[in-house]
Amino acid sequence: MGPGLRRFILISIPYLWLLLFFLAPFLIVLKISLSDTAIAQPPYLPLLDFSKGVAGISDFFSKLDFESFVWLTEDSLYTNAFLSSLKIASISTVLALLIAFPLAYGMARTSDRWRSLFVMLVILPFWTSFLIRVYAWIGILRNEGFLNQFLLWTGLISEPLQIMNTPTAVYIGIVYSYLPFMVLPIYSTLEKMDESLLEAAIDLGCSRLSAFWLVTLPLAVPGIIAGCFLVFIPAMGEFVIPDLLGGSTTLMMGKTLWTEFFSNRDWPVASAVAIMLLLFLVVPMVLFQRQLERQQEAGR
Amino acid sequence: MTRKFTWFNATSLTLGFAFLYLPIIILVVYSFNESKLVTVWAGFSTKWYGELMQNTAMLDAAWVTLRVALMTATLATILGTMAAYVLVRSGRFRGRTLFSGMIYAPLVMPEVITGLSLLLMFIAMGIDRGLFTVVLAHTTFAMCYVAVVVSSRLVSFDRSLEEAALDLGCTPLDAFFSVTLPIIAPSVIAGWLLAFTLSLDDLVIASFTTGPGATTLPIKIYSAVRLGVSPEINALSTILIAIVATGVVTVSLIEKRRAISEAGAK
Repeated sequence: MGPGLRRFILISIPYLWLLLFFLAPFLIVLKISLSDTAIAQPPYLPLLDFSKGVAGISDFFSKLDFESFVWLTEDSLYTNAFLSSLKIASISTVLALLIAFPLAYGMARTSDRWRSLFVMLVILPFWTSFLIRVYAWIGILRNEGFLNQFLLWTGLISEPLQIMNTPTAVYIGIVYSYLPFMVLPIYSTLEKMDESLLEAAIDLGCSRLSAFWLVTLPLAVPGIIAGCFLVFIPAMGEFVIPDLLGGSTTLMMGKTLWTEFFSNRDWPVASAVAIMLLLFLVVPMVLFQRQLERQQEAGR
Repeated sequence: MTRKFTWFNATSLTLGFAFLYLPIIILVVYSFNESKLVTVWAGFSTKWYGELMQNTAMLDAAWVTLRVALMTATLATILGTMAAYVLVRSGRFRGRTLFSGMIYAPLVMPEVITGLSLLLMFIAMGIDRGLFTVVLAHTTFAMCYVAVVVSSRLVSFDRSLEEAALDLGCTPLDAFFSVTLPIIAPSVIAGWLLAFTLSLDDLVIASFTTGPGATTLPIKIYSAVRLGVSPEINALSTILIAIVATGVVTVSLIEKRRAISEAGAK
């Protein structure tokens, strides 16, 4: 077996797998988003019929239309779901950054022996089931939950706060679930930072605070950007958190897609929602990939 | 030089880790609660664990999930390691940008989209859904995580070792198994474990791609959670957390010992 052939086989196997199970499915989603709902099995029309030859194929293409997308723009439910996803994902990303940065900064400033322990403590919840971590918050946030009991006990409030089934619960859930994704990239940039740069800045007359603004923060920017992408992009399409913590009033794209598919059995509309979400996320995803590749090049 | 560790740092560490761990601690503590009311403490008891062991539907789901996760982790590790090799070693080839795009995109792709698209493809291809389709779906996104973990190790790998083996008469496959694989082994194992937990944990993609007779544990937990909080779910969660925590701590201890022995050998 020649080296050329060997290389070809090595590249082909994972490549074909991803083409078949990652890329091809999107083309099918695109096709179904252009189809019409039908009471049939599967519940959409037209179906591609190869037995009729070219006539069947052209007939198939002539029946595709943008009806589902028109439907999305006409019904305010979908626009609201989109805007609300955008708002919830953005606010959660900012909140996660505000909590993660001091944490990562504190971790980077401990001695080597403590650092590996702290890194493990951040990674541990990330390995723990997502569903279980969201479930844990139901017990805390509901009306007779721990938070309300605690606040009632301290006398700060006289009747339970309604936090469950509100956007606040969704913010808490997203920030909590995605916090490790924000902490780790920021920590890894801060940890690599050359401390003598700070000393130099202070020697040259910077105050501690302005040294932080002028030296530490700019150096941490790649980590901050990576962390924000890692939180924002999946949060936009999040289903479990808004479904379990947000109740019926919190609209989000991921939840809308799920309902259209499983409850309404409207596959074309569910596919159209997926395509819209994907179109919106393509730009941040490409930026994220560039960022990762640049970091890999730098690590070489 | 020493880094200044301030009160601000100490406070942010304390608050940050309290935020990360308090919910889990509360969950675990209340799995040992006698009372059915999760928020009222009525004394220590392990009765919910006993009840869990009687719940055959849960145990069946756990068995399905375990099988799916084992198959997924193994397949994803093989494919992901190959993909990492292609990313780091194969240089330029036609379609490389698309390839790296397909590796990185699933890391952030919303699960509802991945799940829906795979399901629609399985239906279009006329594949019967069940355990097998869940494994295919999980492998597809898990292999990308493995590829990222393994490629970060391959990047820092000293290529001359591999070249020496080839010069000394190894076939490329021999060189891979006797030189490269032992060196990248920790990241391959880490990749396998990551793929395993990702599969174990996944609700959304499994819900879309599963079929009759292949209800996984997350799907089961999800439908129970929708009905409300119950101490039995707390007990189940505690067991899962304990398994994962033991795994993560063991791996990091092995890693630490290896790092120490490597440093000692130098």
